[in-house]
Amino acid sequence: MKVFASAVSAAFLVVASSAGAQQLAPSPTLDAIKARGHIECGVHLGLPGFSFANDKGEWTGLDVDYCRSLAAAVLGDATKVKFTPTSVQQRWAVLQSGQVDLLSRNTTITFSRNATLGVNFQGINFYEGQTFVVRTKAKVAAVKDLADATICVAAGSTEEKMAADWFRERNLKVTVINFQKNDDAISAYDQGRCDAYTAGIGALAGQRIKFKNPEEHQILSEIISNDPQGPVTRWGDERWQLIVRWVLNGTIAAEALGVTSKNVDEMKAKSTNSEVRRLLGVEGKFGEMMGISNDWMFNAIKQVGNYGESYERTVGMGSPLKLPRGANQLWTKGGLLFTPPFQ
Amino acid sequence: MIRFLRDRKVRDYFWQGLATVGLLAVIWFFVQNASENMLKAGMATGFQFLWRDSGIEVPFNLTGYKPSDTILALLWTGIVNTILVSVVSIAVATVIGFSVGLLRLSRNWLLSSLAGFYIEFVRNIPLLFFVLFWYFGVLAALPTPRESLGLFDAVFLNRRGLSIPTPNDLAGFRIAVVVTLVLIAVQFGLSRWARARQARTGRDFPLWAVGFVLCGALPLAAFVAAGFTTSWDVPTLRGFNYRGGFVLVPEFVALFAALSTYTAGFIAEVVRGGIQSVRQGQLDAGRALGLSPGRVVRLVVIPQAMPVIIPPITSQYLNLIKNSSFGAAIAYPDIVSVFMGSALVATGQAVEIIAITLAIYLALSLFVSLFMNWYNARHKLVTR
Amino acid sequence: MRLNDLPRILPPWAETLRQRLFATPLDALATLVCLYIIWRVSVPLIEWLLIDATWNGTTREDCRSSGACWVFIRARFGQFMYGQYPLAERWRVDLLGLLIVGAAIALSWRGLPRRKEASILALIVLPPLGIWLLYGGWGLKLVETREWGGLMLTLFLAIYAGLIAVPLGILLALGRRSRLPLIRFASIVFIEFWRGVPIITVIFLASLLLPLIMPTGFNVDRLARAVIGLAFVIAAYMAEAVRGGLQALPDGQAEASQALGLGYWRTMRLIVLPQALRISLPAMTNEFIALFKNTTLVLIVSIFDLLGIAQAALADPAWVGMNMEAYVFAGAIYWFSCFGLSQWSRLKEKRLQAAYGR
Repeated sequence: MKVFASAVSAAFLVVASSAGAQQLAPSPTLDAIKARGHIECGVHLGLPGFSFANDKGEWTGLDVDYCRSLAAAVLGDATKVKFTPTSVQQRWAVLQSGQVDLLSRNTTITFSRNATLGVNFQGINFYEGQTFVVRTKAKVAAVKDLADATICVAAGSTEEKMAADWFRERNLKVTVINFQKNDDAISAYDQGRCDAYTAGIGALAGQRIKFKNPEEHQILSEIISNDPQGPVTRWGDERWQLIVRWVLNGTIAAEALGVTSKNVDEMKAKSTNSEVRRLLGVEGKFGEMMGISNDWMFNAIKQVGNYGESYERTVGMGSPLKLPRGANQLWTKGGLLFTPPFQ
Repeated sequence: MIRFLRDRKVRDYFWQGLATVGLLAVIWFFVQNASENMLKAGMATGFQFLWRDSGIEVPFNLTGYKPSDTILALLWTGIVNTILVSVVSIAVATVIGFSVGLLRLSRNWLLSSLAGFYIEFVRNIPLLFFVLFWYFGVLAALPTPRESLGLFDAVFLNRRGLSIPTPNDLAGFRIAVVVTLVLIAVQFGLSRWARARQARTGRDFPLWAVGFVLCGALPLAAFVAAGFTTSWDVPTLRGFNYRGGFVLVPEFVALFAALSTYTAGFIAEVVRGGIQSVRQGQLDAGRALGLSPGRVVRLVVIPQAMPVIIPPITSQYLNLIKNSSFGAAIAYPDIVSVFMGSALVATGQAVEIIAITLAIYLALSLFVSLFMNWYNARHKLVTR
Repeated sequence: MRLNDLPRILPPWAETLRQRLFATPLDALATLVCLYIIWRVSVPLIEWLLIDATWNGTTREDCRSSGACWVFIRARFGQFMYGQYPLAERWRVDLLGLLIVGAAIALSWRGLPRRKEASILALIVLPPLGIWLLYGGWGLKLVETREWGGLMLTLFLAIYAGLIAVPLGILLALGRRSRLPLIRFASIVFIEFWRGVPIITVIFLASLLLPLIMPTGFNVDRLARAVIGLAFVIAAYMAEAVRGGLQALPDGQAEASQALGLGYWRTMRLIVLPQALRISLPAMTNEFIALFKNTTLVLIVSIFDLLGIAQAALADPAWVGMNMEAYVFAGAIYWFSCFGLSQWSRLKEKRLQAAYGR
C-alpha cells in the first residue's frame, strides 16, 4: 500500500519537474479535485440565504457562493462544484472521511472543535450572533425575559450549549429541547412546543420565512454570543488549506480594493494599483505558487463576484432576508472584515 | 493424497480454517484502515471523553442528571429513558394487542372488521409516520400553557406536556407500597388455597371479589392516606410555563403512543393466530364440561395458545425496544438522541460512541430474550 | 345453537345481518357504538380528503377551502416520484419501472415457455441494467445518486437491498445449520448482531463508519452505503425466515439425496432449498415489507427518500403548512404498496397450505 503510494507520488514528482513547474508541496486533495473535475463542498441541509436548494435542485446562498468562487479559482469554472447537504451530526464525519473537500455550512469556529476533531478553520465569511425568535404576543423585550421559558434548539450546535450556559450563569431556569435537525426544531417551535427558538441572527432571518405566519414572530435584537463562521478543512494537506484560506481572503480583498464582477476586466487591463494587479494575476504569479492558475481570483470575481456582491445577493438587501451588513462590513466601514495584504 | 482430501474431517477443518482466516483478514483490514485513517485525520480516540463534562441539557430525566455531569451520566440518562418508554409501551401494546386480537375473532361482524381494519392500517405504514403524527399532529391540537386544561387546579395539560403534582415527602408512600405488596402476597396465598380447596371439595371461593378489595380498594386507600400525610409540589403557572411538580413531556407521550399503537397491530395478529391454532374440539370439550364461555377462554384457550404466542410476541417486544430509537426524530432524549446525537457531535468520536450504543442495544435485546425464554419454559411447565 | 333453533321469521339477508351484528343485546350495543364512531371519524375525513379539497391550481393561494390542498401534491408530484432527477432524463426511470413490471407480469404467467431460464436471465440482467439506466455512463448522461430521490429512491433502496439480502440470508441460514461449528458460530454471531440493533444505528454506522474503514481514496457512494447497511440487517432477518423453512423440511429429504451420492451444495441447490424457500416465501415477504417501511430511516443521513422529499417540500417557504397533505400522500403510497405485498404473500401462503395439506 505505502510502497504503491510512494511510487505514485514519485511518478508525479518526475512528471511535475519535467514539465518545468516549480516544486510544490504535494496536495492530494487538489490532485483529486483536478482529476475528478469538480469540488465536493459540504453545505447545510437547507438554510435560506446561506445554502438552500430550490425545487429544481439549484443551490444558492452565501456559503454556496464561496464554494463557487473556490471552483472558479481552482478549476476556472464556478459551476464545477457539487454540494453535499450535511446534517449537524454528519458534518464532521463527512469531512474527516474525505467525502467532501471542505465544509462551508454555517459552522462556528470553536477551540474544542479545532483541537479534537482534526479540522482547521480557514477564516471567517460570516460573523453570526446568536439570538432568539419569540412570538410577538409573548411580550419579550430582552433575552432575560425568557426565564422559565422552553427553548427549541438543534442538538449538537454551538447554540445549544451557549443558550444553556447563558441562562445558567444568570441563575435563570429554562428548559432546552434538542432536536436532531434544525427544521424539526423550527416546526416544533412553530407548533407551540417551545416559547423560543434559538439560532444565529442570520440563520433566523432565513428560517423565519418557514413559519406559518412570519408576522406573528419577532427576532430579538439582543445577541448573546458572537459566532464567527467560515470554511473548514481537514488537518493535513497544507497547500489545499492555503488555497481555501486565500480564496476567501481574495473575495474580501476584492471588495476592499473596489474590484467587482462588472469592472474586473477593466481593472485587470488598466489598474495601476499593484495589489489589484497581484490579486488578478497580472503581477506576481500568486496562483502558480499554490499550484493553480494565475487567473484564480480573476475567475472567481468575474464569475461569482466579490464578497460584498455575494452578500447583497444572498442575505443582504437584494435578498428576502434583508440583513444589514453590520459586523460583516469591511473594517474601514465599521465592520470586522479584514484581510491580510496580498503581497 | 486424494483419499486424504476426500476425508470428511480433513475437508471440514480445511473449510473452517479458510473461513476463519478469511474473516480475520477482513476484520484486520478494516481495523488497520480505520486506525490509519483516524490517525491521519487527527481525530481523538479512546474512551476518556466519557468522563468529560457534557454541558448538554436533557429536559426529561429521572436520574437527576445535570448539564454539569459527565457524558457517562448523560449516557445513563439516555439508557433509563429508552428503558422507560420501552417498558411502558410494551405493557400498553400488549393490552391493546390482546384486545384487538380477540375483537378480530369476535362473532360481531362490525367489531371484527374494525379490528381487522386497525391491524391492516397500522401494519402497512412506516412507524416514522406515526411518531411524527402523534408528535406534530397532536401537539398542535393541544392548548397553549395559558389556556391549559386543568383538573382540580393540580393537573394541567398543554403543549408543554402533562404537569402533575409530586409529593414533597415520600415516607408515607413507602409504607403504602409495602402494604400493597403484603396484600398482593396475601391474595396470592389465598388463591392457591382456594384452588386446592376447590380441587378437594369442589367448593367455589369468591376470589375475584376478595381480590378486588385486597389488591384494588385497600391499596388505593393506603395511597390516598399517604397522600394526605405530605405536602405537594403543585404545578403553577409562572411566566411562560407551569413550574413545579413533574412534567410528562409531549415527546415521551408521542413516542409512547406511536410505539404502543403500532406494535399492538402486530401483537393482535400474533394473538389471533395463536388462538386460532387451538383446535375447535378443545372448545367444544370445554363447553361440554359445562364451563362458562369466559372460563373456556381462560382455562382452555389461553393456556394452549400461550406457547404459540410467546415466541413471536418476544420478537415484537424486541422490535419495540429497537424502535424506541425513533424517538430521536422528535427529540425524545433516548440513547440515540442524547448519545449518538448530541454527545457524538460534541466529541466527534463516532467510532467509540456507535460501538457503545450498539453494545447497549445488544445487551437489552439479550436480556429480554433470556427473560422471555425463561417465562416460556416456566409457562410450559405450568400448563402440562 | 340457540339461534338456529328459533323459527326463521326474517328474510335470509336480514337474518344474516341479525346474527352477525345484533345476536345479543351486548352485540347490538357494540354495533351501535361502532357505527357512531365510524360516522364521526369518516365524515370529516371524507370531507377533508375529497369534498372540500382543492384539486386545481398552481400556487398555495389557490387553496382557499377548508379541505386538503392537493394542488401542492400536483405541483410537487415530479419531486415526490423522482427527487431532483433531471427532467430530461426521467424517461430512464420510467423505462426501468416498465421493464421491471413487464418482467414480473411475464414471469408470473405460468404458461411462459422456459420460465425458469427466463427468470434466472431476468435476475442476472435486470439489476445491472437498472443501475446503468439510473446512474448512466456508457452513452447515457451521468446522474449522480445525490440527485435521486422520492419514491424512485425508496424503491431502489428496497429492491437492491433485497437483492443482496436474499442470497446472503440463504447462505447465513445454511451456515447456521452447518455441521461445521466455526461456520455455525460465525453465522449465529452475524445474524444475532444485526437483529439485535436498531436500524437507525445501522444506517448511522454505515454512513459514518464505512468511509473510515475503507482505504484512503476509496469512496463508497453514500446511497450504496445505505443499501449495504439495510441489506445486512434484512439478510439477518431473511436468514431466520429461511431457517424456518429449512426446519420445516423433513431430514429424510437431505438424507435421501445424499444417499443418491449428491454433494452438499447439489443437495441444497436441487433438493432442499427449492422446497424450503417455497415454505419460507411468506415469511420472507413479510421481512421485505419491513425493509420497505424501514427505508424511511435513511432520511436521517440526508438521503431524500419519499418521506425525506415530503419533508423537504414542507420546508419550502412557498408551501408552508402542507404537512397533512404531504404525509397523507406519502403514507398512502406506503400503505398500498405494503398492503398489496402482504395480500400477495397471504395468497401464496394459502396455496402452500393447500399444496402441503396442512
